[in-house]
Amino acid sequence: MNHQSKAESGESADTTTSHRPMSGNEAFARGAWEAGVRVGAAYPGTPSTEIMENLSCYPEQDVAAQWSTNEKVACDVAIGASFAGARALTSMKHVGLNVASDALMSMTYIGVNAGLVLIVCDDPGIHSSQNEQDSRLYSRLAMTPTLEPSDAQEALDYTKLAFELSEQFDSPIIVRSTTRLSHTRSSVHLNERSEVALKKFVENPDKNVMIPSNARTRHPKLIERVDAFRDYLNTSDLIRWDKGDTKIGVITMSIAYTYVKEVLPQASVLKLGCSYPLPDKKIRDFAASVDRLFIVEELEPVIENEIRALGLDVEGKALFSRTGEFSPETVREAFVHAGVLEDQEEATDWEIQATPRPPVLCAGCPHISSYMSLRNLDARVMGDIGCYTLAAVSPLRSIDTCVAMGSSIANAIGAAKVGNQTRPLVATIGDSTMLHSGIPALIDAVYNDVNITVILLDNQITAMTGGQNHAATGKTLSGDETHRIDFAELFKVIGVKWIKRVDSYDMSAMLQTFREATQFKGVSVVISDRPCVLDPVKIRGETMMVLGEKCVACQACMNLGCPAILWSDEWHDGHHKIKIDSNACIGCSMCAQVCSANCIVAIPN
Amino acid sequence: MCPGLFGKLYCRHSELSDTAESKLMDSIEKKTLNVDSMTPSDPMNVLIVGVGGQGVIMVSKVLATMCQLQGHTVKQSEVHGMAKRGGTVFSHVRFGTQVWSPTIPKGKADIILALEWAEGLRWINYLDKNNGTFIADTQHIVPPFACLNRKRGALTGYKTHLPGEVLDYVHVGYALDATAIASEIGNYRVSNTVLLGTLSTVLDFPLDLWRRVIGESVPPKTIDLNLKAFEAGRRWAEEARKNGMAPDQSPVIVPDDQPQPEEDNFELVLTLEWCKGCDICVKVCPERCLILNSEHKVELTNADLCTGCRICEWLCPDFAIDVIKTPHEPQTGMSR
Repeated sequence: MNHQSKAESGESADTTTSHRPMSGNEAFARGAWEAGVRVGAAYPGTPSTEIMENLSCYPEQDVAAQWSTNEKVACDVAIGASFAGARALTSMKHVGLNVASDALMSMTYIGVNAGLVLIVCDDPGIHSSQNEQDSRLYSRLAMTPTLEPSDAQEALDYTKLAFELSEQFDSPIIVRSTTRLSHTRSSVHLNERSEVALKKFVENPDKNVMIPSNARTRHPKLIERVDAFRDYLNTSDLIRWDKGDTKIGVITMSIAYTYVKEVLPQASVLKLGCSYPLPDKKIRDFAASVDRLFIVEELEPVIENEIRALGLDVEGKALFSRTGEFSPETVREAFVHAGVLEDQEEATDWEIQATPRPPVLCAGCPHISSYMSLRNLDARVMGDIGCYTLAAVSPLRSIDTCVAMGSSIANAIGAAKVGNQTRPLVATIGDSTMLHSGIPALIDAVYNDVNITVILLDNQITAMTGGQNHAATGKTLSGDETHRIDFAELFKVIGVKWIKRVDSYDMSAMLQTFREATQFKGVSVVISDRPCVLDPVKIRGETMMVLGEKCVACQACMNLGCPAILWSDEWHDGHHKIKIDSNACIGCSMCAQVCSANCIVAIPN
Repeated sequence: MCPGLFGKLYCRHSELSDTAESKLMDSIEKKTLNVDSMTPSDPMNVLIVGVGGQGVIMVSKVLATMCQLQGHTVKQSEVHGMAKRGGTVFSHVRFGTQVWSPTIPKGKADIILALEWAEGLRWINYLDKNNGTFIADTQHIVPPFACLNRKRGALTGYKTHLPGEVLDYVHVGYALDATAIASEIGNYRVSNTVLLGTLSTVLDFPLDLWRRVIGESVPPKTIDLNLKAFEAGRRWAEEARKNGMAPDQSPVIVPDDQPQPEEDNFELVLTLEWCKGCDICVKVCPERCLILNSEHKVELTNADLCTGCRICEWLCPDFAIDVIKTPHEPQTGMSR
């Protein structure tokens, strides 16, 4: 379900008290709302996107929720709100924290006025990301207390608590989620919102202005704060001791806790509701009470190493993988390996050959023609983050690199500076990614006068995460009309001398324009201009059909990778003829434009 | 309504062993899975699978809400993100008095509800082989990835097993053409609600509640359509139980009626005097095994990659490329 449309249609979130199943992300938003949050800001990113979308569904007079241009801006917006005296929330995916970390590193020295909470969603298993970095390492770098809910109820409770702790300890607080938690629905008890009075802005330059002399005095305070938080944890309910069989003791947290409870219901478990700092005393007590001590944590051996540093003997990553997402099966397998559980008799699998079904660009996706044209130009293509990264695989296969948000343009600059590239150097970047972090790189390209072409894949929405508004859509998170950035004007002001807009569905114009752009000496920008076929509205046009008798089975149209184009049951000279699934086709006509036999036509009404 | 209109319950009467038959009769008599007999450590596990855009999440939300309203503890876990783009989608629903892990361990699913046939097969090893119920739409959604092999006589990469084979394997199985049922009602998209109707006949939840929750979960304009689909799914299951022991009828799914893959060798013959270096062939070659060489003439870089698809031959404006079938072993290096 598209939460944006929910917000836009004026549907509001339930503000009554009751029980109901909620996703982790809904519960985070609910927890923040119940805690009296007044400002929320985020940039969309799977699996965190729905947090801010849900927060925007609460009454406007309660909370102002917004999309920001990137995670750092969002984090700074929340920091500003905290300075001004309002409880504030920012949410992001793990790699978003890389972007926001600059602000966090200083804010942790400064502390807060009103409560400031960051919800950071890791993605073990890399369901939809470019890496599986472990955000708990950031907690240590930023010395920021980090809470670890294990289900939706705790997502709500811990978020609420995080605001209290933030104010109590004068520190931003991270609440860490994972894809599994964010996207799991479970029963949640809802409460009313507690109205927290606005604080006054506190004029305290010694604390709020991070010049070297002030920062030097803040650093020791930061260390004291972590020690105080550790003392709090040693007596807090955040650390839960499930008494059980003392032969086996397991320290665990987050979603891994549920897997441990599933496979080892009898064991003693120390559940860490907080992964930084660690409750040293409780851990020592727990370790002393059990014969064998295990640590079950997804990703890096962060807690394991710190338990070892306490001088305790613990079994962890020797049994549990450092990569990928855990499951009840992998946790069970590890405990079998450790000799704790007996091997279960497993039914033999039916050896099914699964049909490959990777994600694909949608039927009529305007990105398709861009990458077909780039292929024809034999360009060296620096890609970026978005749906269009799917053009890296068959059949389009036209992206050479993809690093991080906004990297494409600067990657092309670097390659151009080397001067050994014989093919045209092209950076492809989406509209939302361009605003997120492409603009500084584009300025760099103009400033350093390199010979590259930037293709702005302007589908007028943040498509990858499910269709969120951004500064160039003319609409806010809640769907209100707002100022709209005009890309062409923006590029002109930056100093780009060659800018052309072209209809993405006009394949020959695309190719022609790309060719001209790459022949231009200097920075050229092509704006490939067609809306996303899914958001904000599903696009349907006159659907196309194949005149079967004319089809020569050349399958040139299959080069597009359009999911509406399939093999028919008819054959021509040993090859499949083509058919078009009229339910999937939106009538973009790109296939008709590449057809060698002119056998694809619009279905006559 | 005649069940034959809508689909078939694939029960191979003549081929059922005694035990299989009694198992089937048991499940048919029992009709519903007893939700109340679950122990705390043993929740009910329903795995809902399909293709992005089919409504897997809607179906699982409906089920999760039902469970909550019936007083169960429920966890429903999905992973989305890339799923929207035609990828595989799955959602775990677990309910009972106590649910820990949000995901269902392999081999422990009590029910698999598959909105697409191959997706059901992908997950079939998650089903409890001895007690599980398999409900699947027999419709195929062929991914574009399955149609990329350009070799002569290539078969699709869509891997399937016939419903009869699958239903012999599972404890209880329902294979229905839910998409056809939905189309008949008015929109193929409500096939997910048809399957919910079938699911409702094996879960012990009040009928009124199903209708209410479905009504609250779908767009207001489509409530009537969805409720119709729900009833059709129920009716199909009931009819199928009544008539299901009839001898196997011709399956909905037939193997692709395709010629035998051709084993012929082929040769790409390039008439270089005619090639003017326009590079059209280079750009259209799906396998990217043609280049223009330093003399601006077409050249085959890797004969192993060439599938003989003939697209270059057809599109060459100068007739400089011929793909020639050779029944014998190839003689030159530029062919195979």
